[in-house]
Amino acid sequence: MKFWRRPLDIDEIKIPKGEVHIIKDRCKGCGFCVEYCPKEVLEISEEFNKMGYHPPYVKNPDNCLNCQLCEMLCPDFAIYCIEKEEEGIIA
Amino acid sequence: MKTNDKGVLTGTHNLSGNQACAEGALAAGCRFLSAYPIPPSIEVIERFTQRAKEVDAIFIQMEDEISVLAAVLGASWAGKKAMTVTSGPGLSLMMEHIGLGVMLETPCVIVNVQRCGPSEGIPNSPSQGDVMQARWGSHGDYEIIVIYPNSPQEMFTQTIEAFNLSEKYRTPVVILSDESLARMVEKVVIPPANKIILEPRKHYKGPKNKYLPFKYDKDLVPPMVNAGEGYKFHITGLTHDEKGYPVMNEECQELNVHRLVRKIRNYVDNITNIEEKNLSDAEIVVVSYGITSRTVDKALKQARKDGINVGSIRLITVWPFPDKEIMKLSKKVKAFIVPELNFGQILLEVQRCNYGNAKIRFVEYGHEEIQNSDPILNAIRSLTK
Amino acid sequence: MKNVKHPMDFYLRMDRMPHIWCTGCGIGLTATAFVAAMEKAKLDTNKVCVVSGIGCTGRFAGYIKLDSFHTTHGRAIPFATGLKLANPELKVVVVSGDGDLISIGGNHFIHAARRNIDMVVICVNNFIYAMTGGQVAPTTPLTAYTTTSPYGNFEPPSNIPQIAESSGAVYVARWTALHIRRLTNSIFEALNKPGFTVVEVISPCAQYYSRINRLGDGLDMMKFYHENSQIKHWEPTDNLYIDYQKEIIVGKFVDRERPTYSESYKKWLAE
Repeated sequence: MKFWRRPLDIDEIKIPKGEVHIIKDRCKGCGFCVEYCPKEVLEISEEFNKMGYHPPYVKNPDNCLNCQLCEMLCPDFAIYCIEKEEEGIIA
Repeated sequence: MKTNDKGVLTGTHNLSGNQACAEGALAAGCRFLSAYPIPPSIEVIERFTQRAKEVDAIFIQMEDEISVLAAVLGASWAGKKAMTVTSGPGLSLMMEHIGLGVMLETPCVIVNVQRCGPSEGIPNSPSQGDVMQARWGSHGDYEIIVIYPNSPQEMFTQTIEAFNLSEKYRTPVVILSDESLARMVEKVVIPPANKIILEPRKHYKGPKNKYLPFKYDKDLVPPMVNAGEGYKFHITGLTHDEKGYPVMNEECQELNVHRLVRKIRNYVDNITNIEEKNLSDAEIVVVSYGITSRTVDKALKQARKDGINVGSIRLITVWPFPDKEIMKLSKKVKAFIVPELNFGQILLEVQRCNYGNAKIRFVEYGHEEIQNSDPILNAIRSLTK
Repeated sequence: MKNVKHPMDFYLRMDRMPHIWCTGCGIGLTATAFVAAMEKAKLDTNKVCVVSGIGCTGRFAGYIKLDSFHTTHGRAIPFATGLKLANPELKVVVVSGDGDLISIGGNHFIHAARRNIDMVVICVNNFIYAMTGGQVAPTTPLTAYTTTSPYGNFEPPSNIPQIAESSGAVYVARWTALHIRRLTNSIFEALNKPGFTVVEVISPCAQYYSRINRLGDGLDMMKFYHENSQIKHWEPTDNLYIDYQKEIIVGKFVDRERPTYSESYKKWLAE
């Protein structure tokens, strides 16, 4: 991330990291999580789940910021994020 | 279970049928009334609301009869004994929710004060035109209990009985009345609270996490719980399994819906309440119910004076119909007389149970001449010739 | 898959998952928002009841692990009224569709709002009667196609926030299913506010409304909402008419105080 000036609290703020968990067999392949992820972490996979839909898979796991928008936007309760315990990366 | 003191107006009173109904409901522990004002049932609401404050009862006048019965079902599920009162046009509107009440197995009482029909008819004249509707009005296969008292005293006692039956069998119960019965004023003796026996709601007693809303006991009635007690149950009007979840296949229909019919039919002997008079040597039997049974008494006395062996059966529970009793009698007696304030509704039931054994004479009454016992007397006399 | 436990599973009837709602249906999003709002509000889950009517949204009660009731078409609100009045400690939430609440249930909606009965009404508006195959609803926009308006709908649609406000509701908000966090917040505010509160959720119907009208799938409709919804808080409710595939105004429109039915009843009893 590019800063125009150095923020005064840059040493205190840590950008969180998240880990995405997908419950594949609940997914109905609507694509909301893929479309609205702000960091393009997810992508529709080629595999089929039990119901015949294409669930998403985590394409760029390092990009996830634990914003939990995918968890909120999933109509099927098939995806959720957990905050990763390790140190966050600054910029 | 004894009733709570607050609702019981112990003593001797002069009450109309409608007022006696309200007092009976309060004595039975009913603390929720939802209604839409329709003559001739309005006095029940008025009496209930006058007494509501002293017994902490709730009354709400909903926007139409459809929502009235929905609110009654909701109140019953929240744990209160609930009732509604209406007349013919209102009962027609309530039909869908009677079906829902049967399907959800919700105890509640619906009082129908019959008036002349069809449609608006004559609001302040009696009739017995809703007898079949009370039984068959809603769609689908179901059984329901219908009670029809014939005096204000009986309105009081039978309203309490209606609540007891509804709790015992977890079913809506309809009380039929009519404009004459609703407005006639007679002596009503209300016993002390400790003499009134109530049927308690069959509450589930097992562990919370093992509760199944429609798992029935030996008597085919599942124990009930109230909303807000932490059981987190789900119930639906769709055909459901024991858990209350919709499972729409034939097996489930047989297990859980046909059971609703068998739940009442298997216990017909316990539910049926009829008053028999002079049947031992009767050759002619008058089958009556409700307001016409008052006129029958006078005719019977005169007929016996004339030496005719006449007896009577009065139906206090009109549905389930006492098939067995009528069938047995049909083999013994010469004739049945059925006086009704309609075009012949219980007549059809008597004909059905008669199997062609005895003669059947129908005495059709009009609402103007309901007190006149001559038509019945003439029918009795004509059958002896 | 490390653990199969979704954090919202506590509120769901897991033995009935996956639910019957279609791919891309907004009712699932309403469920997510509701569960998240319940989590935030920290209400006593033993005392919350969910009542729903008939229809796609009517199935909502069957998936939520609270005392839930699936009643007749249009009569969820009077049933909920009975529950609330008989036991005032219960928190009653009615979740139902636009046809169920405004068409057959319109009368009850208006009167419960007038009485200000303490309940939360979440109306999922997908502009169509979806469960029965896609018939026209009172909220279907002008010129839209449905199975019972095969030449385009010529009846002007209802404006749900306007009906709610003019009948006396104390809190009226409208969000699309995409505005998921704002919707969660609205439901949270509605749960905590005493009185008749209404939250309308504009939801895509991926199988009927969007197919018959060639609007793409659920995702395409969501993208449309993203581009064409405008947040205008406190907008007068008569401006909230929805035209076919035009701008949708969302936001919180009414937040006022009125004595609830229970409060007035208690006052009357005390006299």
